[in-house]
Amino acid sequence: MTMRGPGFLDQLDAAVPAAVVGRNLEAIDPWIEVAPERIVDVCAWLAKSSPVRFDSLQCITAIDWLETDPKKAAKVTWQPHTEMVYHLWSTSARVSLVLKAKLPRWKSDVPGELPEIPSVCGVWRGANWHEREVYDLSGIWFTGHPDLRRILCPEDWEGYPLRKDYEMPLDYHGIRGR
Amino acid sequence: MAQMLDDDPRIIEFDVRTDEMLVNMGPQHPSTHGVLRLVLRTDGEVVSEVEPHIGYLHRCAEKIGENLTHRQWIPYTDRMDYLAAMNMNLGWALAVEKLMKYQVSEKARHLRVLITELNRIASHLVGMGAYGLDLGTFSPFLYAFREREKILDLFEEACGARLTYSYITVGGLTADLPAGWLAKCEAFLEQFEPIIKEYHALLTTNAIFVKRTANIGVMSRELAIEYGCSGPVLRGSGVDQDMRRDGEAIYTAMYDGYAFEVAVMKNGHYPRDHDYPAVPADAVLGDCWHRFFVRMLEVVQSMDLVRQAMDRYSACKGPLGEPLKLTEKMPAGDAYLETECPKGQMGFYLVSDGSAIPWRVRARSSSFSNLAVAHELCRGCLIADVPAIVGSLDIVMGEIDR
Repeated sequence: MTMRGPGFLDQLDAAVPAAVVGRNLEAIDPWIEVAPERIVDVCAWLAKSSPVRFDSLQCITAIDWLETDPKKAAKVTWQPHTEMVYHLWSTSARVSLVLKAKLPRWKSDVPGELPEIPSVCGVWRGANWHEREVYDLSGIWFTGHPDLRRILCPEDWEGYPLRKDYEMPLDYHGIRGR
Repeated sequence: MAQMLDDDPRIIEFDVRTDEMLVNMGPQHPSTHGVLRLVLRTDGEVVSEVEPHIGYLHRCAEKIGENLTHRQWIPYTDRMDYLAAMNMNLGWALAVEKLMKYQVSEKARHLRVLITELNRIASHLVGMGAYGLDLGTFSPFLYAFREREKILDLFEEACGARLTYSYITVGGLTADLPAGWLAKCEAFLEQFEPIIKEYHALLTTNAIFVKRTANIGVMSRELAIEYGCSGPVLRGSGVDQDMRRDGEAIYTAMYDGYAFEVAVMKNGHYPRDHDYPAVPADAVLGDCWHRFFVRMLEVVQSMDLVRQAMDRYSACKGPLGEPLKLTEKMPAGDAYLETECPKGQMGFYLVSDGSAIPWRVRARSSSFSNLAVAHELCRGCLIADVPAIVGSLDIVMGEIDR
């Protein structure tokens, strides 16, 4: 089941003004896009004050939109960016909600500077590990996260494997990479 | 390695007090269910902090998924929760089918229910047996594996594999059941049903087992929800949620017409669809005993569902249908779907740019969220209770590390 209905969006707009910047209610999983800097306000309202309490965070995903093949890149209609997707779930109403937020691939387009988004750990404690995983694999810096370090890859791993332009290292502590 | 540890500020922080000790449990400790490393900060016998270190089994399956077509990725889902590979196959297949708005045949639907519920029994048997092992009793493990072996034999006959099946695939199943399979399955259920009583005698009502699990690692329902726990871990805390009933339409439609009651305690009672022992006086909702017990109830529930599925499957006259082509193109868009796997809710998120190869694949693992809560449960417990708590979460590292 999925959260539908414009009435709910109006309430969100009234509670957290100007946070919703886009929506697609006709998609397979209807989603709303929020401004990255307002993500905590939106999530806090959804989890604590909204008529439907989204008390559980299921998943955080970062999608790297970058076409590395120059032939295909000439045809795509979008600009390179990172898309954050939050899947929320309400255990009482048994409905889900999808939040999206757009980030640049690099902060201020300086390669190596990680894009930033506020951490939602203060809303759901379970977000801690999910955000660590997204940081580890996709290279997103969650500001305000209590303990942001790699979780799946070794601590001294270089690069962010789920980025489209990632290249496997040739050597890791004497182990051949590719 | 030593250099790395010295540089970690958290490790240095750990030994500031003289009477505290760091105990490293794992990654090869037998009670860590695979390669999980737990760093315990102990004060005598009392654990003040537990820090799980994961990633020893990381294969970046999500990245691999970006280079394969949807059907080619099925074998990689096998290797996530390798104790319930059928359920993993189903989760991914349904997520792709949701995006493609594809509906499988009636026969395939019932066969999927049959196979996944049978796999749930196998997975819970391992969970039960290994939990006994964690707590120091060896025999339940052998009894559980004796029965699981028969389920694996059935699977082997159906699809040729004993652990990594790739049987359920996008658009249906790779093959139909061989002749005479249903009779063998029925024979297994007949033989298995009375044995559950033995399990209850061995573990559930065993005085030592109850002492080790009742009122240990109590998790409130709020904590379970906030951490995104799911499956028996969530239901063990009294949250009435089961994706087979509450999930998305494409998944719940699979169970249309099936009668089952969610194994959760309501008003102080578990659904009474089978003879089961009374809840011990010491046990409180949300403790290790309840998490274990929910699994035991689900074994009975799944057995019932397998019987129902067998009836419906054999009543189906139509063909099973062919799975989709390996290179079948997906429409552009994204779809997220969670299914109720034995360990909890396994979510697959699929983003497509219109080709047969997904743009982005995301696996949301239930054990990942279930393990994330371990440090809250272990705070202030005894060292001996740590395996009891971690074991009661019934985690599989293949699914956590992906």
